[in-house]
Amino acid sequence: MKELLEGSQAVAEAVRLCKPGVISAYPITPQTHIVEELAAMVAEGKLRAEFVNVESEHSAASVVLGAVATGVRAFTATSSQGLLLMTEVVFNIAGMRLPVVMTCANRSVSAPLNIWNDHQDAITVRDSGWVQLHAENIQEALDLHIQAYRIGEGPKIMLPVMVNMDGFILTHGLEPVDIPSQEQVDSFLPPYNPLYKLDVENPLTLGPLVDPDYYMEARFAIHDTHKDVLRLIPLIRDEFQKAFGRSSGGLVEEYRVKDAEKVIVAMGSVCGTIKDVVDILRQKGKKVGLLKIITYRPFPSLEIYKALKDVPRVAIVEKAVSLGSYSPLLSEIRSVFCGKKNPPVISGFVIGLGGRDITIDSIKEIFKRLTAKQISEEYIDLKPELLGDEFV
Amino acid sequence: MTAETSKHLFGSGHTACAGCGQAIAARLVVDVTGKNTIIANNTGCLEVFSTKYPESAWGVPWIHSLFENAAAVASGVEAALKYLGTKDKITVISQAGDGGTADIGLQALSGMWERGHDILSVCYDNEAYMNTGIQRSGLTPFDTNTSTTPIGSQSAGNPRPKKPMPEIAVAHGLVYVATASVGYPRDIENKVKKAVSIKGPKYIQIHVPCPLGWRHDPQITYDIGKLAVETGLYPLIEYEYGKLTGVRKLSKIKPVEEYLKFQGRFKHILSSPEQIKQIQAIADSNIERYGLKVESVSAPQDKEAGPL
Ligand SMILES: Cc1ncc(C[n+]2csc(CCOP(=O)(O)OP(=O)(O)O)c2C)c(N)n1
Ligand SMILES: [Mg+2]
Repeated sequence: MKELLEGSQAVAEAVRLCKPGVISAYPITPQTHIVEELAAMVAEGKLRAEFVNVESEHSAASVVLGAVATGVRAFTATSSQGLLLMTEVVFNIAGMRLPVVMTCANRSVSAPLNIWNDHQDAITVRDSGWVQLHAENIQEALDLHIQAYRIGEGPKIMLPVMVNMDGFILTHGLEPVDIPSQEQVDSFLPPYNPLYKLDVENPLTLGPLVDPDYYMEARFAIHDTHKDVLRLIPLIRDEFQKAFGRSSGGLVEEYRVKDAEKVIVAMGSVCGTIKDVVDILRQKGKKVGLLKIITYRPFPSLEIYKALKDVPRVAIVEKAVSLGSYSPLLSEIRSVFCGKKNPPVISGFVIGLGGRDITIDSIKEIFKRLTAKQISEEYIDLKPELLGDEFV
Repeated sequence: MTAETSKHLFGSGHTACAGCGQAIAARLVVDVTGKNTIIANNTGCLEVFSTKYPESAWGVPWIHSLFENAAAVASGVEAALKYLGTKDKITVISQAGDGGTADIGLQALSGMWERGHDILSVCYDNEAYMNTGIQRSGLTPFDTNTSTTPIGSQSAGNPRPKKPMPEIAVAHGLVYVATASVGYPRDIENKVKKAVSIKGPKYIQIHVPCPLGWRHDPQITYDIGKLAVETGLYPLIEYEYGKLTGVRKLSKIKPVEEYLKFQGRFKHILSSPEQIKQIQAIADSNIERYGLKVESVSAPQDKEAGPL
């Protein structure tokens, strides 16, 4: 049965069903509703967990690090500045191979201060070793959290997973969602039982100093495990479908890409808008489609290549930038086609930074502008009246 | 990795410098708390010299994450043990150098204390950032010559006195706060024993001479530790539930030069009566404040085995 829930509530329900023993978080908009909801569940005895109210995100991440190192499943959530403050710990958690699950309620990064959605926060830690998943809608956000523990805690994986959901758009929006039963989740997600942990019966040293003789292999091992994650995620998606009766997750989703002449590549909630535009344009006989990136790390290069190789024109529509260079997703997808025969014409569009509305018209305009000539990179919907003369 | 060692839970074979006070203190602490201990350690000399992969000196479960987060990591460990229902059988220690405690790690430590976790924090106070080359920390004493407070025509060394960490700890409402010194090993053991016998957050700050950073002969580590106490510069005190309950009294208080003169970091002071006077004033104020002087000759209390 479906229930009308706010995105944050839905995620809190998913986390509750995964039974973390330790939850730690520090408040930041738009993450707050998720952890408030969990705190209420703990307060009412609906979830048996230690809820550790910390003095910063740096400590929130460190608390879940310590808990998972002790062999207990843990959860945290943050956004924007919180994620940036955690960055040092974020890298450390991955390096220590601790399968923490974190929600990132995606929000822009200051300055200027802005609490609304884009993907700059998550993109900033893309090189940290975390698996990064992006949800399109609330149901998917809920489902990805359950899958996240399965992915990260795999004995051959042991990596943290960040589930990204667009701040406000998904965290504060309402949607009818299907909440699985505890039995369903229990049979899909076994209890966390790591091979190594802090245990007085078997005293291990975790987090040692590693000199040049050993460091590179430890880093390479994470990189190599990401290849295993690429193989694992589709299997988990299929298993999830069997267990829960709906398709959720995976590496990418192709939406009317077969036979398409123009395809937009995007991540997160904007994919919903793009799907609507695709449907409208398809009705008018335009051959357009969407390639939704669900798994951003590890980067599904092969799936992206396969999906786009016969598409003449591609637009990368991105809510993040690499100031001073091309945007991250754009660079990566162009590099996928580097050296390949007859690559698509790949144009780049930056859109919706700091929560600026992304309208159906903007998406239509992007499709319209995909011609044989590549657009190197363009910021969409800029307001010339706010820019100085030198930009005009 | 596990320590393949003897009866000690912090084994030999680590790579600390000869005469390292911190290595001695760390062994004393963990040997008292025993095998049912989990330690979270900040970055610093201790972490570096005890866990160079693939070796480890630790015979208890031990975790290092970053420079400033051991207190938060320990909080997570403690919360996990509570969840597992094993907390009462296990001692959790969060330990760090003076920089990791009083400076960069103070926020996480304050959070851990305020939340009331049942964790023992230990600060190994060697009075500077030793691991990175003897830079000044908030616990570096007044006028110390360090690599970031060098002496010069415009500088007499570190311009500030030590941050009052024990008082900061007391202000957090800790159940137990104490200072100790490697010069008094039995006293360290007794204080650790007492600390872990009380449930709640507690703090022990141990003065650990550093031959390299303080520039003293590695053979006199214990004596240097003792002299800091005997001059009144490092008073050994205890607070229980916010009240001063123990002070190591001294029958004979030595002038501060007795302590300063063995250390290269204070060499510049010895020729300056003015600076010596200022440092003596710090000692005098400690003597006065904590009543360090034994008034009656019949009750000498500065024997290592004596009661506090
Ligand atoms: C965030 C961060 N800043 C700086 C450092 C560099 N660093 C590592 S250990 C250390 C000094 C440690 O000093 P202290 O805590 O007093 O311990 P000691 O080495 O003196 O025992 C510094 C500055 C670091 N590792 N991480
Ligand atoms: Mg130090």
